[in-house]
Amino acid sequence: MILLEFIVNTLSLGSLYALLALGLVLVYGILKLVNFAYGEYVMVAGYGLFLGATYLGAPWYVTIVGSLVLAALVSYLTEIAAFRPVRTKSMDAMLVTSFAVSIFLQNAVLLAISPRAKAVTLPAFMTDSVTVAGVTLPVRNILLVVVTAFLLAGLSLLMKRTVLGMAMRAAADKFTTTRLMGVPANLVISAAFVMSGFLAGVASLFWVSRSSSVDPMTGSGPLLIAFIATVMGGMHSTVGAVVGGFAYGLLFNLLSIVLPASMINYRDAFMFVAVILFLLFRPQGIVSRGYVEERVG
Amino acid sequence: MTDALLTVDGLEAAYGSIRAVHGVDLRMAEGELVALLGSNGAGKSTTLKSIVGVLKPVSGTIRFSGEDITGKAPEQIVKRGISLVPEGRDVFGALTVEENLRLGAYAVYERKQYQADLQEVFDLFPVLKERFSQPAGQLSGGEQQMLAIARALMSHPKLLMLDEPSLGLSPAMTDVIFDLIVRLNERGATILLVEQNAERALEIVDRAYLFANGRIEFEGTPQQIRERVDVAAVYFGDGTDTDACEVKQ
Repeated sequence: MILLEFIVNTLSLGSLYALLALGLVLVYGILKLVNFAYGEYVMVAGYGLFLGATYLGAPWYVTIVGSLVLAALVSYLTEIAAFRPVRTKSMDAMLVTSFAVSIFLQNAVLLAISPRAKAVTLPAFMTDSVTVAGVTLPVRNILLVVVTAFLLAGLSLLMKRTVLGMAMRAAADKFTTTRLMGVPANLVISAAFVMSGFLAGVASLFWVSRSSSVDPMTGSGPLLIAFIATVMGGMHSTVGAVVGGFAYGLLFNLLSIVLPASMINYRDAFMFVAVILFLLFRPQGIVSRGYVEERVG
Repeated sequence: MTDALLTVDGLEAAYGSIRAVHGVDLRMAEGELVALLGSNGAGKSTTLKSIVGVLKPVSGTIRFSGEDITGKAPEQIVKRGISLVPEGRDVFGALTVEENLRLGAYAVYERKQYQADLQEVFDLFPVLKERFSQPAGQLSGGEQQMLAIARALMSHPKLLMLDEPSLGLSPAMTDVIFDLIVRLNERGATILLVEQNAERALEIVDRAYLFANGRIEFEGTPQQIRERVDVAAVYFGDGTDTDACEVKQ
């Protein structure tokens, strides 16, 4: 019974972390940029849920679709307005730009909405529980695993079967050579940002539903998780991101069980120790890629 | 050379603040097979990169089919009919042979034409048919070079540029690649070839330009070059040797 609960919880937490990590890696793969504004796409989608469900009182499916579109759109707009102008400049410029975008978006919602947390009304099924084999499981967790499975399958098909997917995989490998094929640089980069924002949006549904509220700093947690998961899994492949996400979820749940109650508050400290160990002994991550990478310029 | 396909005038190009090419002039007529020769660091590859838009020229103009293409993005230049086989082949290792070829056709894709082009590629390179669904990274160096050339041909280039196609290949494989270049040229392809192996290149080209220190030192037919220049010195030059293609007195 406890085992079933542990498995479902680990799978669902791992799914959430895998989605978060995947969104970060899609952009990193092509631009070699760790986008520190990534958490803000999660935050923006959270505000989409607040505006749709609580403020406008729209039906939940409209709210969810609207939030996903909003996150993808904001991600795309940050690419065009902030990252594209500095793309051919130094890597430092890109990195600083990502911090600037992050601070800008946080302050934009702080000014436009409120510095305080806003309650997000979620559809009933997101807060219900079901009892399976004597174990009570939140529907949200099961839904998260199912949604993630579909998304990963869909993304995998997109990357393997479509020309855009091929171009994105090629660009993550050899960006300049991909342009020599006639693939527009802006197309693959924009596509990566749209997909990154969309995944942040999906993750946001589940992230926000845990606390049923959203505030301007909501994005910092998901960003950190995505970053750690990619460090563990490997920054250079989408497979690495997914593996890292699940590894992080597993480690986190194991610590929750193994640590005595008095130590549970230090769980994050143990997580960081794990990350340090990874950086020391396997800096390339669990899934490594055998070739040197090229900066986009 | 009245109807020049490619005209490069006063090309200056640099990597950051390091000037690599100082005022290069090139002319190519349709159907020609031309080589850029010279030692390492002489500015040959830089010239190709500037033509194809990977490197933005500092000054000078590049005209192709009567149109000024100076400073255009690579993806726009490919559409106009210039295709580069990059140095070191640069196949997409994680992608299959099929996917590499499909991306090669990106700029001109049309389903029927693509299928016909694939057949043509299989005729030229039967090995690519055998390896069609394998990751390109698993191919041998020679096979990767064939794939890189096939990939470049998929966009129906009016001008095919090859950067050091024999680099890292066995002598036997080098022969295969050079034979192929000749065959493509005989079928009407205009080819600009960068090669360190000057002796080998002079056997097949119509004309060649000798590069040294970012400038063109000499231009002419293989016969003119053999008469005037110590070809062995060009071949063995290491980039620091300024005498590498000094013209014989």
